[in-house]
Amino acid sequence: FVVDGENLTADLPPIKTHLVDGVPTSTKTNKTELLEYYRTLLLMRRVEIVSDLLYKSQVIRGFCHLYDGQEAICVGMEAAITKDDSIITAYRDHCTQIGRGDTAERVLAELCGRFTGCSKGKGGSMHMYLRSANFFGGNGIVGAQIPVGTGLAFAHKYNTNGGNSTPGSPSSQVAISMFGDGASNQGQLFEAMNMAQLWKLPIIYVLENNQYGMGTSKGRAASNPDFYQRYDNIPGIKTDGMDVHAVRDIMSFAANWCRTGNGPILVECDTYRYHGHSMSDPGLTYRSRDEVSDVRKSRDPIDKLKRVILDAGFAAAEDLKVMEKEARVQVDKAVEFAKNSAEPPLDQLYADVMVPNPNVVNGSYVRGAEVNSGIGSMMG
Amino acid sequence: PQLTVRDALNAALDEELERDPKVFLMGEEVGAYQGAYKVSRGLFQKYGAGRVVDTPISEAGFAGIGVGAAMQGLRPVIEFMTFNFSLQAIDHVINSAAKALYMSAGQINVPIVFRGPNGCASGVGAQHSQCLASWYAHCPGLHVIAPYDAEDAKGLLKASIRDDNPVVFLENELMYGANFDVSAAVMEKDFVLPIGQAKIMRPGTNVTIVTFSRMVAHALQAAEELEAQGISAEVINLRTIRPLDMKTIAESVKKTNHIVTVEEGWPAYGIGSEIAACIMESEVFDMLDAPLERVTGVDVPMPYAKNIETAAQLAPHNIVNACKRVCYRNK
Repeated sequence: FVVDGENLTADLPPIKTHLVDGVPTSTKTNKTELLEYYRTLLLMRRVEIVSDLLYKSQVIRGFCHLYDGQEAICVGMEAAITKDDSIITAYRDHCTQIGRGDTAERVLAELCGRFTGCSKGKGGSMHMYLRSANFFGGNGIVGAQIPVGTGLAFAHKYNTNGGNSTPGSPSSQVAISMFGDGASNQGQLFEAMNMAQLWKLPIIYVLENNQYGMGTSKGRAASNPDFYQRYDNIPGIKTDGMDVHAVRDIMSFAANWCRTGNGPILVECDTYRYHGHSMSDPGLTYRSRDEVSDVRKSRDPIDKLKRVILDAGFAAAEDLKVMEKEARVQVDKAVEFAKNSAEPPLDQLYADVMVPNPNVVNGSYVRGAEVNSGIGSMMG
Repeated sequence: PQLTVRDALNAALDEELERDPKVFLMGEEVGAYQGAYKVSRGLFQKYGAGRVVDTPISEAGFAGIGVGAAMQGLRPVIEFMTFNFSLQAIDHVINSAAKALYMSAGQINVPIVFRGPNGCASGVGAQHSQCLASWYAHCPGLHVIAPYDAEDAKGLLKASIRDDNPVVFLENELMYGANFDVSAAVMEKDFVLPIGQAKIMRPGTNVTIVTFSRMVAHALQAAEELEAQGISAEVINLRTIRPLDMKTIAESVKKTNHIVTVEEGWPAYGIGSEIAACIMESEVFDMLDAPLERVTGVDVPMPYAKNIETAAQLAPHNIVNACKRVCYRNK
């Protein structure tokens, strides 16, 4: 790379493309951006590491899918779009929530089942949302977020054109639907993509290829594991998902593609999850310890950014150590906040089943476990 | 004035599309073809392809797209060509739509209507002839509505489109062409019926018949036969399946002390089963002079041949028999 004062120019990692030209091959960044991305990556990594510990100490319950290894996707993606754009993802959503602007406190409190959590303790690991920043979850059904995300794009297009959308018209907002190589074999993906292309919807399909759908490697599940070129006439770009700038610049290109009315586009991010699929999966029956440690050594998104910052002279090793310590302290405080927060009050059990509607008779009755518990009355 | 159920639904869609630019209709053949059952006749021409959206045959896809559009603030009306095909998309109705508000602790609501013909049709075999009311009514987070006549169809579809919650709106193919006398109020653009309120179609004093959708017609016919035999039947049209209007049922049973439930769906775990359970669990039980009896569709997949297809469905005389049994007028 080339450094000019606080600016830096570098070649992006090699990409592969399908039905799309003019994809950027080099990036421009600067000291401020690099340090900001580094700080966010550290925060996300730390949240996932403490989640692992909290799970093992049985504070976090149920399903818990960790994102460490894949953080560059969230950080790079957010750097390319605004909070007016919409995102929906699957169940591996802790870092997406942070990327949309939520705090480690609210994410960890949710994981701990506390009322201060981002879903008031009613969603859990797989169901985080931030409506104010157009984040729609957090969907636990593999592949279901693909049509729903396509619907977000439908709304963006509809709102731009007052319901009279014509193919090829621009949209100020774009939607992003994130899914893994596992979900890429879901039938509803093909249904949604067909309609997205038919109607030129402004959607970026972000395929986080972490190589395994639970314990099944992509080659054992997909007859064509070159996902970027798998979906017929949907243009695709495959990029390094462990490089923040690669994700950022390709996503920026993809967002512009959508905003200018070209329809959907797929961005395959080549990545890796360090943890198993979920907490019940040690992650070593279908892949070797060496494979995991090799990726950690050679491709880790945080180490990669760290080397760039140090080599460019934008910070000293001690400065980065301070940042690491700050992230640890910040997340430790968030853990304390979460642990010390109260569980949801019991009346939350009955809250938010339905939106109140004055035109509904007997709409507030929710039966409890026994006939005389619950809220409201069977008789209205 | 007179109004068919089809025209009532068409008017409700037309008026709500006109009233609110966020409302759009989406489904298979709803646009250029003007609806497989012509419910959306003329709307494509009036509102254009952007708001009356023809989809490919992709139920999971367009049901999910509808949910996403609703989450982002639009008000989709999703037509299933028949509710049989909704089973391809039931994950989006239940997991994506019905649970979103709760899981997000009130952040994300899904103002969507899933509508289309439900129930037994004619000569179409097992996969196209079934009632899914109890499937959807089982699930919290949904309103489930089943109109009977033109008044119901218009007032309740408009109420559903204006509801901020996901609504499953179960029409009936065999009722689309039925013509009803309606009051002038029904023809007005602001005619909206309350959700969750049953309607007494015919007052009576000896037995309460609770039913919904096309079976209201059977119940009314049975009530006439019963009257000729000296039994006064009160017929309740539920209109809404979830939430269930137990208050109206209770007030009726208080008067009649006898009850029969009628539905064309299968008996097991059905709407009648739920009403029976609610009666057992409430003071209504003490008002009964006889046990509740259910009249339902036969517990088999729907056969094709006309004679056994007919035998698989309940007829008015089944309701008459049940009412006479609970009134101890017949063995």
